[in-house]
Amino acid sequence: MTEPSYASIARDGLWSNNPGLVQLLGLCPLLATSNNLVNGLGLGLATMLALTASNVCVSLIRGIVRPEIRIPVFVLVIAAIVTVIELGMHAYLHELYAVLGIFIPLIVTNCNLIGRAEAFASKHSPGRALVDGLMMGGGFLLVLVVLGGLREVVGQGTLLAQAHMMFGEAARGWTVHLVDNYRGFLLAILPPGAFIGLGLIIALKNVVDARLQRRAQHVVVAQPVAAAS
Amino acid sequence: MEFPTFSSPHLPATRSVSRVMREVLLALVPGMLCAWWFFGWGIVVNLVLATLACVLAEAGMLAARGRPVAATLADTSAVLTGVLLALALPPLAPAWLPVVGAVFAIVVAKQLYGGLGYNPFNPAMIGYVVLLISFPREMTQWSAPAGLGNTQLGLLDSVAWSLYGVLPAGTALDALTLATPLDSVKTALGIGEMLSEITRAPKFGQYGGLGWEWVNFGYLLGGLYLIYRRLIDWRIPVGLLGALFTIALVFHGSDTDAYPAPLFHLFSGAAMLGAFFIATDPVTASTTPRGRLLFGAGIGLIVYVIRTWGGYPDGIAFAVLLMNMAAPTIDYYTKPRVFGQDGKRGGGR
Repeated sequence: MTEPSYASIARDGLWSNNPGLVQLLGLCPLLATSNNLVNGLGLGLATMLALTASNVCVSLIRGIVRPEIRIPVFVLVIAAIVTVIELGMHAYLHELYAVLGIFIPLIVTNCNLIGRAEAFASKHSPGRALVDGLMMGGGFLLVLVVLGGLREVVGQGTLLAQAHMMFGEAARGWTVHLVDNYRGFLLAILPPGAFIGLGLIIALKNVVDARLQRRAQHVVVAQPVAAAS
Repeated sequence: MEFPTFSSPHLPATRSVSRVMREVLLALVPGMLCAWWFFGWGIVVNLVLATLACVLAEAGMLAARGRPVAATLADTSAVLTGVLLALALPPLAPAWLPVVGAVFAIVVAKQLYGGLGYNPFNPAMIGYVVLLISFPREMTQWSAPAGLGNTQLGLLDSVAWSLYGVLPAGTALDALTLATPLDSVKTALGIGEMLSEITRAPKFGQYGGLGWEWVNFGYLLGGLYLIYRRLIDWRIPVGLLGALFTIALVFHGSDTDAYPAPLFHLFSGAAMLGAFFIATDPVTASTTPRGRLLFGAGIGLIVYVIRTWGGYPDGIAFAVLLMNMAAPTIDYYTKPRVFGQDGKRGGGR
């Protein structure tokens, strides 16, 4: 089997096959924890770390595991990695851990992880599996951060509120107040805001894709003219 | 779409969407006048702001979607959405409140779903619920009804308050607002007072609250006109008000001091507005005859549950939206039997 290039893996993960916008995998944590930027960043980084580590491990053992039992083995690997991340967050980022709550252990059941293990890591070399994990995780992280930032700005008029939960006491002053005396638009922070926000972001991506496609077609049409002259 | 006409006799089918909408707006006038008389110029300010915002939002979205702007705006459905939303809002709301609600109603609840005829939820009620959930404090600023010896803001004062948040010298917001009858009943019952004592307060009228009963009566008149003109089906209002009346009667009969009388429920809050003008939205309501009765009864039941045991004083908006969700299912199971079809196996299967 030919190995895909690193560039195509990156493009897949970050844009054309983005887990949050195109595959729509792992929507439950995506919608539930993106009520502000820091929460989104926290869960996004944890997911990215878990995905990268599980991808590498699955790729390393892909020659040993018999196909009949591969799914339970993948699940065990993922569960072990997520447990390590959960305990680490519990120890070092306790406040953030308390806010994200059940969604950290639930990374085990995130379809992204088992999906990438089965569809990519179990068929490719560790190096490519590592990049795939980073890029898929990065794509997911990007959606979480954008959606979290959007909901935070619309919902309470700030950015990076409670950054100290992640970056320590020095980050307490990082909060950006975009609008003074903002009344807050609670809907954006409540669950409907997550669905509407994600819908708008997906629509935006589709618009951008349509524009890009039109431009690409335009170039193809223009080529023969240029060749003729 | 135009179809070629053949030989006579013909029935004139001249009911375009815009004409229906205009007649509905006309039918709203008595209720609107009562609301203006009792609750002041704030109603008018809200009407102007919400209608303008709805029309502008509709025009913007139509342009963005590449649809004909002027032709679609002429159906005046956006105006009706704005008017219904404004009539549900408290008169002393700041100017941005009706605007935010109207824009959300048109942009998200109507146009993002595909425009008139494609929206699964009543746009005006979506706008109202969004405001109610997001801005609970502003949504309680109901002015005290006229007739209690209280001051009412004039037109210019209402505009100044709505746009700039400035009240005339010597007036405080607390002196202008008053908890609505439904709200007071709920709060007072919650702390164990008896209904016979609560309703002795001057803000309660013959059946409902002072002023509120007249506003509801105005909507009832308009609604009867709509039924007379056959613009709405009688089944939805009858189902809604009948269910509300019946369940209120049962509970009132069990304990007259803990559950308000059925007529209080019918003439309070948005009961009549909801029954005749909101629940009967042809796009989002049920469409089969039996389904309409069920649809209305479901709304009446949910309204009573929310008013009596729920967290909000009134529940028309939530009830309508919940039953909007159920409308396709209701339609599926209440399809009228086609003539000649086996009666036992009829209905939707």
